[in-house]
Order: sequence, then structure tokens, then C-alpha cells
Amino acid sequence: MTDARNLPSRDLSEKRLKQRHAAEARFKLYGQLAIVIALGFLVVLLARVVQQGYTVFWTHSITTSVYLDPARIDRADLEGNNFDYLAAQNLLKRLKVQDDALGLASGEAMDLVSRDLGYRILGAIKDDPKVIGTTLTFTVPVKANADLYYKGEIERSTPETDRKLSNRQLDWLDRLEAEGLVRSHFNSDFFTNSDSTEPEQAGVLGAVVGSALMLLVAAFIAVPVGVLAAVWLEEFAPRGRLSGFIEVNINNLAAVPSIVYGLLGLVLFINWLGFPRSAPLTGGLVLALMSLPTIIIATRAALKAVPPSIREAALGMGASRTQTVFHHVLPQAAPGVMTGIILSLAHALGETAPLLMIGMVAFTPGLPESLASAASVLPVQVFIWENAAEAAFHERTAGAIIVLLVFMILMNATAVILRRRFEKRW
Amino acid sequence: MAAEGNPLPHDTQLRPPAVAAHTPVANAGVKIHCQGVSAFYGDKQALHDISIDIPDRAVTAFIGPSGCGKSTFLRCINRMNDTIPGARVTGRIEIDGEDVNARSVDPVVLRSRVGMVFQKPNPFPKSIFENVAYGPRIHGLANGKAELEAIVEASLKKAGLWDEVSDRLHQSGSSLSGGQQQRLVIARAIAVQPRVILMDEPCSALDPIATARIEELIDELRRQYCIVIVTHSMAQAARVSQRTAFFHLGQLVEQGSTEDIFTNPREKRTQDYITGRFG
Repeated sequence: MTDARNLPSRDLSEKRLKQRHAAEARFKLYGQLAIVIALGFLVVLLARVVQQGYTVFWTHSITTSVYLDPARIDRADLEGNNFDYLAAQNLLKRLKVQDDALGLASGEAMDLVSRDLGYRILGAIKDDPKVIGTTLTFTVPVKANADLYYKGEIERSTPETDRKLSNRQLDWLDRLEAEGLVRSHFNSDFFTNSDSTEPEQAGVLGAVVGSALMLLVAAFIAVPVGVLAAVWLEEFAPRGRLSGFIEVNINNLAAVPSIVYGLLGLVLFINWLGFPRSAPLTGGLVLALMSLPTIIIATRAALKAVPPSIREAALGMGASRTQTVFHHVLPQAAPGVMTGIILSLAHALGETAPLLMIGMVAFTPGLPESLASAASVLPVQVFIWENAAEAAFHERTAGAIIVLLVFMILMNATAVILRRRFEKRW
Repeated sequence: MAAEGNPLPHDTQLRPPAVAAHTPVANAGVKIHCQGVSAFYGDKQALHDISIDIPDRAVTAFIGPSGCGKSTFLRCINRMNDTIPGARVTGRIEIDGEDVNARSVDPVVLRSRVGMVFQKPNPFPKSIFENVAYGPRIHGLANGKAELEAIVEASLKKAGLWDEVSDRLHQSGSSLSGGQQQRLVIARAIAVQPRVILMDEPCSALDPIATARIEELIDELRRQYCIVIVTHSMAQAARVSQRTAFFHLGQLVEQGSTEDIFTNPREKRTQDYITGRFG
């Protein structure tokens, strides 16, 4: 203070200090803002998906009695009978509605009950032809539009012409519900059925099984190949131009757009090697190719993180290099390796574009019988349903997304748990 | 660095008589015989023409400033330098008259005969038992579980660790304290019944009490093994070793009995170093 020469510099440093504090506060704020934005997007995404998709988890079924009139059933050609029409007429009778000459009312009644009913009647007769002439009771899902009405997504206030259901149909649905014939319940069909042209019968089981098979193929190939490649590159390969070249290329491959892998799969596996289109085997191979660079990079990073003192200890004990790697280094790196594998496979699980290239977009109503038979997978199922015209498929799209997200969360949680457990052990 | 002016002529003048003077003395119990050993990392020469005889059942200390090549030389003896890309060793190193660099010698077998203890305690991230059992297991030294357990117990006893860990053999080796870890590593090394134990600054990461225990242990082990220890602590070299070799700039400046080196060094550089004038 007395020293005049010190004053300006002290002022300066105080000013500078203030600036530094301000900068610190500012960057902290930026960071928090970034987190808020990221979380915000995530919340909006999840909320939207759940809000659109949660309705898929319950559905409505109708219990209806059908008199199997012997006069109306052609025993010689059972498959040729229109049992849906028969059932619709029964339903109208129950509702005490007189059908018109053209059968329009029956037609509209048919649109309320799942086509499954016809197959169920046919099945019952095939099982035991003696049921003809008796009255059977069936519980089947209502048609998707009726389901949407019960869920409040089709509203009476909408003008009749803009609605999928006529006023008459709505009246009938109300009466059926009032009579206690319609029951709301958990939509187990969504988890036990595969894709279908009828939204009320479409489920994700086929896609889940397809995804699982495909992931199995991908893991079976990509994990051993990727891990061993990484071990060789990291622990055995001579450091030189060649290994540098390989390293650069692996890093580049990890950045190649997935659709290019799809194209590669199409040319290599389907066109040249004659693998079946649309099959989990082919899809798994493509995903294995796609996951390989990521697995190699993650494994190498995990191996690199193992302290060299462990290698020295093992080598100093007279362990061979292979023993050093497989007894000490790889087990040490295992949590990191497994995290890398699971994350890259979770990524593969959600991959759509390359699978479209190899024809997995085909409509596949059943479960895949083998690795080589046609199958659907979850992300492609989402894609297919999203493109469907019926409104009822849209809730299924969101439902399938929820199922996919649940699988992702499960896989990521597994990665976390594995990492925790293995790190805790020592 | 007063001595740096003409290290080479000085050295070449002196070494032949020095070796000649020592060889007969140590000959009775020479364990490791080194002749003209040079080591290179790529183009850089880390060791210049080292010749030394290391006696059996005694502790030989390598001292010298950082980067003088003493650790490099230590690693030549069990061929740990093989694991470093670009490292090359010339010259002759014999253990019990057998050339370690001979083509017929498998480094894996060599390292089972020449145990090594490193600067930082580096137990395997496995149980205490597994740490000690690993060597006998990979070299097939134990017939059955009982024998293996006996080896583990004997090794831990030799390393003076048994009483502290006998009730928790299956706990992780890294749960031990630094000094205990280092003794565990020594137990691991002697479990394969080596002929030579190399120690690369074994106490530099330890506190004085743990250091004292390790030094006691080294003193006990010297009755059975040929021990070579690299150390930065002159006091430690004076305490534990019978013979001392002083390295500087990749050259072996002086070697002799520890007493002679510390009380009556022939070389000015040695004197400067042990009196703390450089290093």
C-alpha cells in the first residue's frame, strides 16, 4: 500500500482473480445446462414413447356364444365356411338387431370381433365334429378399432364419417360392455403372438426371438474373434508399420455407417455365399462384422489399462507370454472387456439399417424355426409397424419400442453389474 | 559431474586389473559370471561392456545414479529385457557356467531359476495362496494339493510372512500392506526354488519399518541364495550387501567388497557418489 509499485499489480491480480471465479462459475453453469438439456430430451423421448405405448399392455376381449347351426355349416368343406359371418349373426341376435337384406349389419358386427373367432370355431369343429348343432362360447379379442374405442382413442364426438366405427357399431359396443360381455385385461397376446396383419393379434414374440437368435449368432462370432484379435494386437503383435496400419483401419471400421455393413452383408453373404435372406444367421453375421471393431477397440483399451507390473510379475515368475495373458492380463481386463462386448451388442440389438439391406423387413407372422428361416427383429418390427396404416399399429409401435428399450436397459444393467462384481472381487 | 570429462579412458584403464583382481577371490563361489555385457535400447547403448562376477550365498548391491544402467543389467540376468521391443543384449552371462543367452536356454525356464522382485510390490490380483502357488503350478513343481500347500507354507515362512497371513490365505494379496506385499512377492519368487533372486529397488516404495523387515529377510535369504539387489539407498547397500558394484552412465565403474567401496573407494566418481556429491 505504501509501495506504489505494488498497487497496480495487486489491483490487476484481484481483477484477474474475479475473472477466474466468474469463468469458473460460467463453465459450471454451462455444464449444468448441458445436463439439463440432455435429460430434457431423454425425458421427452421416454414420456412420448410411454404415453403412446402404455395402452398396448392391456386390451379388451369379448365373450360370445355361437350356435353352430347344422344347416349353415358345410361339413364337406369346413375351411370354406364363413364362421365369422355366422358368429356375427349370433352376436346381432344377442343384441336383438334385425339384419338387413344385404347383410350390412352382420358385416359391421364382424368388424367388432377379432378374426381369431372364425379360426377358433373351425378348430373346435375339427377337434370334435359333434359340436355342430350345439352352442359354444368363445372369448376372443375385440377388433383393434373396438379396442381403441374402449380405450377412449376413438370418440363418439368425432363425426361419423371421420371415424373408423359407425354410430351403430358404437351403440353395439356400449351395449356389449353394459351386458358385461367385454372384459379389460392384460394384453398377454402382445407378448405371445408374432406379427400379424390384424393389429389386435400382432405381438412381439417373433421379433424378440428373432433378435435373440441374431444376437446369439453375432456374439458367438464377434466375441471370440474380437477378443482374440485384440489380445494379439495388444500383447503379441510386433509394434511396426503393419500393426499401425491395422490399428488405423480398425478405428476407421468402427466409424463406417452401419448401412454399409448391410450392403457388404448383402453382397458377401447373400449374393456370393448364398445365405438365406431375412434370416437371423445372416443378420447375426452382419451385426458381428459391425460389432467387431468396437469389441476390438474396447478390449484393447481394457488390456492397456492392466498395469504392466502384472505382466512383469508373471513373466518374472517364468510364465510364458500366453500364460501371462490368459492367467493374469485377460482376467484383470475382463470387466472392461465384458462391458465393451455388452455395449456393442446392445448397440447391435438396436440396429435397423443393415438388416433392411439383407431383407429382414419381410413380413414374418410366425416364430423362426431355425437360424436360417425368415425372422423379424425388434427394431425392424418397430419400423414395419410404424409404416402400417391402421391406427392400432401405432400403439404397437410404441409398445415394441418399450420392449426394445427394456432389453437395452437389461443389457446395460448386466454390463454394470458384471463390472461391479468383477472389480469388487479383489 | 566432474568425472564425466574422460570416463572412457579412465574406465578401460582400470577395469581389466580390477576384474583380474576379483575373479580368483570370488571364483570359489561364483554364481553369475558376466563378461563384456552391453545392452541397447534401439540405437541407444544403455550398458557398456560390463564384466562382473557375482558370488553365491551373498548379497551383491548395484548402486549408481538414476539411468546408470543398473536395472538394465539386472534385467539382463533373467532376460527380462527380451520382453522390451527393440532391446538387445550382447556379451556373455553365465549362471553356474551356463550361458543364459544360449539358444538352447528357454527364458521361461531361466526365469524359474532366477526369481525377480520389482520396485513396486506387484502381487497378482488373486488370493495370497494363489500368488505363491502360481509358480509351482505353472512349472509343475508340486504333486497334488498337499505338496502345493506345503510349498506355499514353506515359502511364506521363509519370507517371514506366514504368521501374519496363515489365517487368511484366501484373501486377496492386494489387501496386504505394502511391506507385506513385497514379502509376499519374495515368497512367490522363492516358491519355485530359484538359484538367484534379483531385486530391483525392493524397498523404494516402503516405509522405514517395512524396509527394515525386508532387509532382515534379505539377510536371512542370503544363506541360501545368490541375491542381487539394485538400490538407490547407499545406506541400504552398506547394510545388506557383502559386495557392491557402482554403475555410472552405463559403465561399471568399480566393484569390490561393500566395506572397501564405502570406506576406501579407488575411483573418484565412486567417492563422489557415495558421499552424495552427485547422483
